[in-house]
Amino acid sequence: MSTDTLPAKAAAAPAAASPGGRNTLRSKRRRNALRTLAFMSPWLIGFGFFFAYPLVSTLYFSFMRYDGLNPPTWRGVENWTYVFSDLPKFWPAMQNTLWLAVVMVSCRVVFGLGIGMLITKIKTGAGIFRTLFYLPYLAPPVAATLAFVFLLNPGTGPVNSLLEAVGIPAPSWFNDADWAKPALTVLAVWGVGDLMVIFMAALLDVPKEQYEAAELDGVSAWQRFRYVTLPNISPIVLFAVVTGIIGAMQYYTQPIVAAKVASGVMGGSGATFQPGYPDDSTLTLPQLVYSLGFSQFNYGAACVVALVLFAFSMAFTALLMRRRGGLIGSGD
Amino acid sequence: MTTTTAPAPAAENRTPSPARKQAGRKALLHWIAVHSLGVAAALFFVLPFVFVFLTSLMSDQQALTRDLTPNSWHWDNYVKVFQVEGFLTWWRNSLLYAGLGTVLVVVSSIPVAYALAKFRFRGRHLSLLLVISMMMLPPQVIIIPMYLFWAKQLDLSGTLWPLIIPMAFGDAFAIFLLRQFLLTIPNEYVEAARIDGCGEFRTLIRIVLPMAKPGVAAVALFQFFYSWNDYFGPQIYASENPGAWTLSYGLESFKGAHHTDWNLTMAATVLVMAPVILVFFFAQKAFVEGVTLTGVKG
Repeated sequence: MSTDTLPAKAAAAPAAASPGGRNTLRSKRRRNALRTLAFMSPWLIGFGFFFAYPLVSTLYFSFMRYDGLNPPTWRGVENWTYVFSDLPKFWPAMQNTLWLAVVMVSCRVVFGLGIGMLITKIKTGAGIFRTLFYLPYLAPPVAATLAFVFLLNPGTGPVNSLLEAVGIPAPSWFNDADWAKPALTVLAVWGVGDLMVIFMAALLDVPKEQYEAAELDGVSAWQRFRYVTLPNISPIVLFAVVTGIIGAMQYYTQPIVAAKVASGVMGGSGATFQPGYPDDSTLTLPQLVYSLGFSQFNYGAACVVALVLFAFSMAFTALLMRRRGGLIGSGD
Repeated sequence: MTTTTAPAPAAENRTPSPARKQAGRKALLHWIAVHSLGVAAALFFVLPFVFVFLTSLMSDQQALTRDLTPNSWHWDNYVKVFQVEGFLTWWRNSLLYAGLGTVLVVVSSIPVAYALAKFRFRGRHLSLLLVISMMMLPPQVIIIPMYLFWAKQLDLSGTLWPLIIPMAFGDAFAIFLLRQFLLTIPNEYVEAARIDGCGEFRTLIRIVLPMAKPGVAAVALFQFFYSWNDYFGPQIYASENPGAWTLSYGLESFKGAHHTDWNLTMAATVLVMAPVILVFFFAQKAFVEGVTLTGVKG
């Protein structure tokens, strides 16, 4: 970790010779520090105000009783014990979040890798195929969710019409507690275009010689995948898994919109709507923060859940940084 | 599916050497298999768009049936959507939030990204780690104090300002993405400008930024899409005032106000998706480059 800027380093040598050099060096350093500060200033303010302060504040409120009207009063660990042992929705929300982190993320990674491999093999019209595969990723989440609630509508949706036409018993998707999360997974897999692009770039970087060597050894397609492709792209698979999990910790818009539209409980304010329909099967931790804070005005308990969420996402961010330091790049 | 069978007759041509013929047939079968899979996958990705679009052209009654294609094409559904109260306001709000927000994020993030990519200073690595942490932080973690600050202290609830103002202070994702891009610009350019006595700010504006145009474009696109798609932010700050709703937030209530009108709801859905997809077609390269840059290169 060098502390000098590049020009300052160049000045270091003559500094020893001339008595005036030391002063020049110091003023240069100060100027460089000020310059860095000036360039960094938008973010320094942003970091302090939109990260550090609210984070400390969240911790503070997690120990307070506060409803937004009466002044906050000290409550000790009561909010914490309430959330972990007396809040009936906490463990379902936790389970759903973990389910999504495991099932949704693995489906997306496996499917994204499959589509990524497919697109590298397509010779005719590759550009068109790539665009078609990528487009759903761009669809605004609210619009995409609304579309899928309609498509998977048990009564009139085209998907169930098609399923029944070929004799497959059609589930009730967003209206069935067992099928709501799989329906959300189908929606997430539909928007796998980002992973496709990432995997495609990684697959094209696998050295050709390794495939040629494998060919000479006469290996099967599976062995080629297992012993050549996979080891080469494993850092990218890990990246996709970890960022997927971090995304699962923020998963909010799709389940809340799906639950609202499928249950038929509407209205903009959301005050009357309890997320998680049906039967808390789509309730996630971020939604629990929202409903505790903004429907029940129990800011203390909402902050406890927020901190649980924070712990999870920072643990996985740390994992990502540890295993993929190369992601950052040294900048030298 | 017709496209995959088209080249099949070529295989019938009896051409020399059995070994070569076998290799040719193998290649052809491979071509057919890959492209059939491609078409099947394409159907999965495209059919939802198709069904949404077809439903948006149905009559009120037909949208409630199991029909897949409209009996008669009701293009006037799109006119009706615009006549729904609030719809035009939501457009204006979305454009304000996405447009102004994007400009602010780009302007405020560029110098920070430049400093992180090209300056060497104490705490540079720590700053970068903090930027990444901020990028990974679920917005719900800090929403309670943020809401209390904007709504109770500044009395700005019912407006989009609590979402727009923070963008003047850099966005972690934009800073990270831009920095990754600036790393790919050789330091020699920067050093040459410095040796020529060019000030740091001028180096950034005159030398680095022109080379970083694709990176800036990617950041601007991502930011625009983020705001355009944002649901959580407007729900927190604007829900009480329909005059401040954005398209993404209003769209959901659209289904409520027009309970059974799946046709109009789907027409509105098409209209919310359309700008995003149009922008993508004009800026495909910048977008794909941005995705790759955050995921693969270092």
